[in-house]
Amino acid sequence: MLVHSKAARRAVHALFFLLFVPVFALPLLVIVGASFATSWSGALPSGLTLTHYQDIARGDSLHALITSVLTALAAGAAALTAGTWAALAAEKLGRRTSRLLDALFLLPVAVPSVVVGLSLLVAFSQRPFLLNGTPGIVIIAHTVLVTAFAYQSVTAALARLDPAYEQCAAGLGARPAYVLWRVKLPLLLPSLTAAVGLCFALSMGELSATMMIYPPDWMPLPVHVFAATDRGSLFTGAALAVALMATTLLVLLAVSRIRTRASYR
Amino acid sequence: MASPQTGRATVPNPARSSRSRAARRTLWALPPVAALALVFLYPLALVVRQSFTPEDGGPSTASYAPYATVLAEASFREALTNTVLTAVGATVGALLLGLALALVIAFVPFPGGKALSRFTDLFLAFPSFLITLALLFLYGTVGVANGLWTDVTGAASGPLNFLHTPWGVLLAEVTYFTPFVMRPLLAAFSQVETGQLEAAASLGARPWRIVRAVILPEALPSLAAGGALVLVLCLNEFGIVLFTGAKDVVTLPVLVYSKAILDGDYTGACVVAVLNIALSVALYALYRAVASRTSAGSPSRTPSRTGGEPRRAGA
Repeated sequence: MLVHSKAARRAVHALFFLLFVPVFALPLLVIVGASFATSWSGALPSGLTLTHYQDIARGDSLHALITSVLTALAAGAAALTAGTWAALAAEKLGRRTSRLLDALFLLPVAVPSVVVGLSLLVAFSQRPFLLNGTPGIVIIAHTVLVTAFAYQSVTAALARLDPAYEQCAAGLGARPAYVLWRVKLPLLLPSLTAAVGLCFALSMGELSATMMIYPPDWMPLPVHVFAATDRGSLFTGAALAVALMATTLLVLLAVSRIRTRASYR
Repeated sequence: MASPQTGRATVPNPARSSRSRAARRTLWALPPVAALALVFLYPLALVVRQSFTPEDGGPSTASYAPYATVLAEASFREALTNTVLTAVGATVGALLLGLALALVIAFVPFPGGKALSRFTDLFLAFPSFLITLALLFLYGTVGVANGLWTDVTGAASGPLNFLHTPWGVLLAEVTYFTPFVMRPLLAAFSQVETGQLEAAASLGARPWRIVRAVILPEALPSLAAGGALVLVLCLNEFGIVLFTGAKDVVTLPVLVYSKAILDGDYTGACVVAVLNIALSVALYALYRAVASRTSAGSPSRTPSRTGGEPRRAGA
């Protein structure tokens, strides 16, 4: 407790909410409010309607939502596999080599996503890999962008893991593959699910690289939101954004349930 | 391959078997590295190669001509200035706001404060462009704030018309990136001994002095790491600027996009991309250096991105 007088404490808290509410709370509330409105030029939205949501349920928007979910699931699974494998391999390597692997796998965070998109566009529009115009290139881009986070979560979890379990199992004669499958991965499960949830959320919201490479028949939801707001349909865009946030949160919730059940095992 | 001694040795040579085990471990690291090389390093290499290949020249003539062309463009220099200025401005803003909010949550606690800090974590899971969309409803020319103003004063239009200027981008970036500063700060603040604060207070130090002399020195490494990370993410930010739709706010990522997709000038886009990578990677290396010094005593080999678990990169 830093401020002891009651009045001063109240003043500090008032200042806190004066900063917090307009900056953090209002934006999310406003998007949710706007998604139910047809116009908003006063204190409250007017012309309450569900039309925007009914429009989502049919046509392109639903297709875009499904596209986003499929892309995010594929990218999340691929990123988790690659990130976990690399983190497990890095742990066994020498200090210098593992630092090199760290740098390599964290590099995509530093490279602008737009540039990742451009590089895939340049590389996969020419031989020997012709992927431009396929859904595959979008999934690859998302995987490249989110693998760093899977790698980082798993590496951090491995560092916290008690080596005694592993040594015990090995000392009792378990083969390395058995130790990995029956001891290490179950112990890592909470971190793995957290990592895959994070990768899914990142991929759901990815716009920069996607804008560079999406083919017309594989248009993820963020691009659809941009297209809607760009032609002035802000309220449709808001409803789409709410659908995006809700889907992401639902999946994160489902994933966190896996985690709690696993941690009692 | 086999050394002359191998035939004579009855027990496996320990040095040799440990070397072969090391080789096998390196082999295990190869598949993910190869995959990364194929989908990340190889494309980047092609971008660098294309940036040295003029469109009209033959495929084999490498030259600096594209760089000279791009560097001479006023639009590039303007984009570079815009990128650096907004990134620095947004970082400073996010640091100040994040520091203020985190100080209150940690040291002037109130019921629900922890829940609020978790609420800001939600921001890390949402795409950045949603912030711009929300600000359009709040402060846009037909938004809430201007609507209230015209209702109250009867004026034809409201006073706020800054969203399509650099200030709009700055506001959105400060909003979006402040949680990235708050997370490591809250983690660092939780390590500060309450006893130290009480000792300082009982010796007569005013709250501001305690913040300056006790809390800040403790939190400085986290502040530096958070600031450097936000700077890199701001330099790479694309969604916020794109959604703002401002014609006069062009940053380097937007320039890459407009050159490649709108103008079809891939060589020019690659040149800007290479320069952007150089800027961002240099800063990211700096961040890693700062962050690894911060967590020097900790067992974790890789300092996590935001102190705790990370959220998204600049999407």
